Amino acid sequence: MSAAAHNVPARSPVVDPHFPAGGGVKIGPISGGQTSCRQKAAARKVELSDISLSYRTQTGDRLLALDNINLQVRTGEFVCMVGPSGCGKSTLLHLIAGLHSPTAGQVLIDGQPVQGPGTDRILIFQEHGLFPWLTVGQNVEFGMKMKRIPKAERTEKVQHYLRLVHLAKFEKSYIHQLSGGMRQRVAIARALATEPDVLLMDEPFAALDAQTRDLLHDELERIWSDMGRTIIFVTHNVREAVRLGDRVVLLTFRPGRVKSEFAVDLPRPRSLEDPEVALAARGSLDELREEINRSLEAEYKEGVKPRIKPEADEEYAK
Amino acid sequence: MKRAARYVIFYAGLFGLWTLLAELKLWPPYLFPTPWGVAQSVYGGFADHSYWIAIRVSMERVLLGYGISVVLGMILGLGVASNKFLEETMGGLLVSLQSLPSICWWPLALLWFGLNQNAILFVVIMGSLLSVTLAMEDGRKQMPKIFSQAGRNLGAKGFKLFWYVLLPASLPFIVSGLKQGWAFAWRSLITAEMLYLSLGLGQILMMGRDLNDMSAVLAVMFLIVAIGYLVDGIAFKSIERHLQNKWGLTAAT
Repeated sequence: MSAAAHNVPARSPVVDPHFPAGGGVKIGPISGGQTSCRQKAAARKVELSDISLSYRTQTGDRLLALDNINLQVRTGEFVCMVGPSGCGKSTLLHLIAGLHSPTAGQVLIDGQPVQGPGTDRILIFQEHGLFPWLTVGQNVEFGMKMKRIPKAERTEKVQHYLRLVHLAKFEKSYIHQLSGGMRQRVAIARALATEPDVLLMDEPFAALDAQTRDLLHDELERIWSDMGRTIIFVTHNVREAVRLGDRVVLLTFRPGRVKSEFAVDLPRPRSLEDPEVALAARGSLDELREEINRSLEAEYKEGVKPRIKPEADEEYAK
Repeated sequence: MKRAARYVIFYAGLFGLWTLLAELKLWPPYLFPTPWGVAQSVYGGFADHSYWIAIRVSMERVLLGYGISVVLGMILGLGVASNKFLEETMGGLLVSLQSLPSICWWPLALLWFGLNQNAILFVVIMGSLLSVTLAMEDGRKQMPKIFSQAGRNLGAKGFKLFWYVLLPASLPFIVSGLKQGWAFAWRSLITAEMLYLSLGLGQILMMGRDLNDMSAVLAVMFLIVAIGYLVDGIAFKSIERHLQNKWGLTAAT
């Protein structure tokens, strides 16, 4: 990545003038000078325009999950979306993937509205979603097979992408024989093998232990740098978002709105342990704390089994 | 070893009791034959090829009928599971129809198809179709949502989604239903064959009765049990073991 970004402040609030943040939070001036040339030149890849989603709950009420979300992601950009559990960030990824349609608004890819699922946008799930009845190699091959890519080319690409995630030796293994980290690497290889323009990652590393997660952060950053894919990465961990993203988007809790956005102009490769990463995360976390508390309150009040433990703040700060 | 020993003791005891009762001649031999007499009947049946023919005819019928049931049942089950209207209406009907013994379809089959193979086939299909349908419906519901999402996300839709994702993903959940469907198909076949004399194992069973030959009757009953056990113990066991190896399941589903 560009080494010119070395001396810029760790955290520089940026907001798109066309799409003010929904939460009415104080946002700093637009810092155009801090946007690199690469980003400026790049075209809009993904555009969320006035996205709202509501659905009927079991009691018959309508619940507004996403409220008027506007977001633009440039080609090759790594955007991290952060919010408490239940803010609808996973749902947003499903909308971009075309697995659901929004109640109002549009998802645009290269200016074209999304009509349904497409292999130009591949979603990586937290529970990896690999097929247990197929071998590792067959899993990676699956998307290409659906696209009717010839067998010889598929075999070659399977090996290429398995080498990329350091799993070439496990081509013939079944999923249950792999560790959690290895499974997530297979999921990444399977997603990359269809050669999507956009990778959608839904808390992919949330269930992994810290060491494995660090390792996968490094691998993901390397793959992203090498291949220049657009990545939209959803997490509830602010520090993870700052460590990985070019830009961090904070979402509010129910209904999900864009609260604020920050560009992260730290040099790459980064590490979760970098003091700059911790510092930038600190600031974002303060903004997010209010939302986390609201989500906790709602969960206790509604008697829903809380998915976040009371000491959640620690988890978010990690 | 211990398990084998238990088997040997149990079956030796059963065999001994049978021999004892037969040798005591409490009942005439044509009503209560010795194990030796039954064994001779089995040997005779295979030697004059009548058993081979009967087994072949019966297996052909049951495989055809069961095969049709599996294909139809999967389509039906998937339809019921994925359509709310069908689920609410047909779902209940299917469950209540399952309480109907398959042989109740026999009179209807006779009037529709006449006294022939097709009537037997119809009874076999009706016997196993509901089990397969209900199993598929249940399997589709139990199957984690993430598989169909991942499949659609990777570009599978329509028939491809069914064939490459939904079917293999639901297999561990439907294999016991498929097994039950097989058992029902097999029973329906034998019953139908007993009512309509057209080769097959059911017919030679009834022939034993007509000839007042209890050894032959017991021999065919033994044969029917043995075939049922072989299919269950070999075909379905190996499918289950195969699934367990792939999915990493520890217990049979």
